Amino acid sequence: MVEGRILKVSGPLVIAQGMREANMFDVVRVGEQRLIGEIIEMHGDRASIQVYEETAGLGRGDRVISTGAPLSVELGPGLITSIYDGIQRPLEAIFQKYGANIQRGIDEPALDREKEWFFTPAVSYGQEVAAGDIYGYVEETPVIRHKIMVPPGKAGRIAEIHAGTFTVTAPIGKLQLADGTIEPITLMQKWPVRISRPYREKLPPVEPLISGQRVIDALFPLAKGGTACVPGPFGSGKTVVQHQLAKWSDVDLVVYIGCGERGNEMTDVLREFPELTDPKTGRSLMDRTILIANTSDMPVAAREASVYTGITIAEYYRDMGLSVAVIADSTSRWAEALREMSGRLEEMPGEEGYPAYLTSRLAQFYERAGKVVCLGSDARVGTLSAIGAVSPQGGDISEPVTQATLRIVKVFWGLDSTLAYRRHFPAINWLNSYSLYRDRLNDWFSENIAKDWMSKTNELARILQQESELQEIVKLVGADALSPADRMTMETAQSVREDFLQQNAFDEDDSYTALPKMYALMDLVFSFDKKARLAIEQGADIADIAALPVRERIGRAKAVPMRDYTAAYAEIEAQIDAELSALTQGGAQ
Amino acid sequence: MIREYRTIEEVAGPLMLVKQVDGVKYDELGEIELPNGEIRRCRVLEVDGRNVLVQLFDSAAGLNLANSRVRFMGHGVELAVSESMLGRVMNGMGKPIDGGVAMPQEKTLDINGTPINPAARHYPSEFIETGISTIDGLNTLVRGQKLPIFSGSGLPHANLAAQIARQAKVRGTDEKFAVVFAAVGITFEEADFFISDFKKTGAIDRTVLFINLASDPAIERITTPRMALTAAEYLAFECDMHVLVIMTDITNYAEALREVSAARKEVPGRRGYPGYLYTDLATMYERAGRKAGSNGSITMIPILSMPEDDKTHPIPDLTGYITEGQIILSRELYRKGYLPPVDVLPSLSRLKDKGIGAGKTREDHAGTMNQLFSSYARGKEAKELMVVLGEAALTPIDRLYAKFADAFEAEYVNQGFYESRTIEQTLDLGWKLLSILPRSEMKRIKPELVEKYYPKD
Repeated sequence: MVEGRILKVSGPLVIAQGMREANMFDVVRVGEQRLIGEIIEMHGDRASIQVYEETAGLGRGDRVISTGAPLSVELGPGLITSIYDGIQRPLEAIFQKYGANIQRGIDEPALDREKEWFFTPAVSYGQEVAAGDIYGYVEETPVIRHKIMVPPGKAGRIAEIHAGTFTVTAPIGKLQLADGTIEPITLMQKWPVRISRPYREKLPPVEPLISGQRVIDALFPLAKGGTACVPGPFGSGKTVVQHQLAKWSDVDLVVYIGCGERGNEMTDVLREFPELTDPKTGRSLMDRTILIANTSDMPVAAREASVYTGITIAEYYRDMGLSVAVIADSTSRWAEALREMSGRLEEMPGEEGYPAYLTSRLAQFYERAGKVVCLGSDARVGTLSAIGAVSPQGGDISEPVTQATLRIVKVFWGLDSTLAYRRHFPAINWLNSYSLYRDRLNDWFSENIAKDWMSKTNELARILQQESELQEIVKLVGADALSPADRMTMETAQSVREDFLQQNAFDEDDSYTALPKMYALMDLVFSFDKKARLAIEQGADIADIAALPVRERIGRAKAVPMRDYTAAYAEIEAQIDAELSALTQGGAQ
Repeated sequence: MIREYRTIEEVAGPLMLVKQVDGVKYDELGEIELPNGEIRRCRVLEVDGRNVLVQLFDSAAGLNLANSRVRFMGHGVELAVSESMLGRVMNGMGKPIDGGVAMPQEKTLDINGTPINPAARHYPSEFIETGISTIDGLNTLVRGQKLPIFSGSGLPHANLAAQIARQAKVRGTDEKFAVVFAAVGITFEEADFFISDFKKTGAIDRTVLFINLASDPAIERITTPRMALTAAEYLAFECDMHVLVIMTDITNYAEALREVSAARKEVPGRRGYPGYLYTDLATMYERAGRKAGSNGSITMIPILSMPEDDKTHPIPDLTGYITEGQIILSRELYRKGYLPPVDVLPSLSRLKDKGIGAGKTREDHAGTMNQLFSSYARGKEAKELMVVLGEAALTPIDRLYAKFADAFEAEYVNQGFYESRTIEQTLDLGWKLLSILPRSEMKRIKPELVEKYYPKD
């Protein structure tokens, strides 16, 4: 064990001497209180250490001890439903043990050492296993069957394996390695957070991640295994979008990283999720959620680590062949943590004081997402999707973090404050947002939902685009100058915006829309447009059409509960016909 | 163990370098004794070998390198707290300046506090009735929220904050409350406005004041809000009180922080503010809230003036990313004489959804709120179009929206600083105004609620 002494303390940065024997990125314990830190630079026998806890009270000569291991997370049953801080300390257990405020130097294992799990083996004595093969199963939550896997880099012959209840550290069997040595098998394994977990092969993502959010699924869909970013100024609803994705995405597991954000938001997730039901499984949403909370008042260095902690846990579940989503709110705070450490290390700054390696670090993070063939002989496929919020300063997306992110991610959901002021939520701007997965997901949608899904959604985008062009004209010469057909386009665009894109996250029935209902709703809006245009040709007045009572019913169609929508929409359709034909007949008389 | 050194090597701006020290800790409090016996306070910013860099809280005037002595106190900056703080006036460093008796000390607390464990927080959900329609009806405040006022120079933010302090209550409860007021670099007149308002209402006996005026040392401003928050935490979480913290003006605080950062030659972020401004502000704002093990709460109303009324300036920008919403004041409404001039559209309360609705305010609250927002937004757009093209260019429905927007500003926003409306009055007024629009426009409100509340005539 390497032991050094503190030479310099400057905020979260500590420089210690006598550390020549220590390794880069080793975890160290600093001072009397044994604060947790990580070596990030070595100069001769001096190590620069970023400390994950408040450093007040440290001074020259205080002891620094290296643990000889890199920053790692504990992986095993018990992760799901937990809330951890940026370096995987269990916040609930810490609260029970140490009180409502987080003290320093707390040492608490991430996985409960007392809790027992029932293990069912899937291998038998004498069987040869390789990395990624499955030893057996633990029912971690009612919806997730946790596969206990041979850790990467390990292979051998099962020398012993038992069914029964075990704690995460108790041996469930023995593995004989190729060189004859025998190792105990446990439910828990460890993995360093800064290294991505290995897989066999990466595949292109071709399946949509269905979020139940109409603007996302219809216009800017994300693929399972894809990457997306949500930039937006404050108050534009970033957090609500992220929470909606965490709630309704049709994935097996969600890792939600609150990185430098508000404490109350994490509390909200913690209190609300257990009470919500997952539309896919009918069970509590918390049964598929892991929270990493490094709120803005917690030490800044741990914020840097939190995104790695989160994505490593997500990779572990991906390795079981599950579809996992990592939601990071917000990557800007993570970048700011990088900037602060870089400044303390007196590095030459790049743009706006951010370090020159900002882009490559961001790229490394998002590149850990993907659809992969996992290790293990059954060649199971897992997906890891990454969604990052970005908080551009002043809402100006030309700033470095947004620009660096946009170069990497394939989906851009740009939030707009003017939409938010109008209380149009989700405030995703339909004119500048994009998804590069649209074409690739076409096959899936036309096969599983409707043949013309793609052409219908293209039509949505086209009408909205036309509206923005027509609006320029209206601003100059007034709405009267438009032809009836153009007036109708404006009316339909308004209907698309208000009756389709707008979605109330706080309404029980509107919060999540399944794809068939989404398609039917889209159909309803277009059907009115088509029939109204016919009526116009037959002499109906556009002003009368705009004032038809059925339009209010179309406006409320989105909030019709899932079970009633077919009947309700057919009824609205009939009312459209009745009211329009009344108009044309009235016009003819 | 107190160690004393006469090894001051450099003084530059708010910083001082002391050499040849031993055992000095990061963030430790120090005292500098001048040759004439005067004592000034300082804090360790960096330990580098046997040198320490300290930040002065007072001016460096009269400091003599050869004869001044520095003592390190073995602890960080602390505040002595007790319930008898209520009714007292202190300076920005927590020393009583009202000439009253010495303060009994129940305990001393480090002013930096510790982060609240998110697993231990209670989600704020109790509706606070401020009696102000634009807040209660549209940007509802709840206990434990941090809701800043973004203002500009010359706008009446002080009157609004005083009105909230005067009128705010949680209905149907009679719990202990307190006000903690931190004046950060504001003028005597502004501070006096608050103090005399507190005196007039009798709230002064339940108020703790921390006063750092414009004439006081700028660097002291770095500690003033933290002193106030430490006092607030004690009253809220140890004495179970409901504490309203008003801090004005955060812009002065950020400027003091920038001064120290510039003196340390740190790489600046936007507009010269340090890159850690977000984190620094967050460690203050996040101290608001409610938590397990205590019945008290801290509700925070920081006030900041936006330079050039620019919401994208780093201070309002970063504040908006941390706080749970913002109340923005509008110069245009102020010129029209509408008080309080709350700019409704960009204002926001993020926690409103949990504090409103049946059982808390009224069942129609959420729907009417959304309807008022979107109707007012549409009305304002119509009015803009009207300016360019004339009224004739508007569709009949847009003309109604324009009329609605005018009436909304004149009646709903405009209520004056001394009128207190109950939530029912606010909601009914909302319906009255919405009835300018035809019933079919009430798309944001559930049909059965429209049926029940839309005025019939």
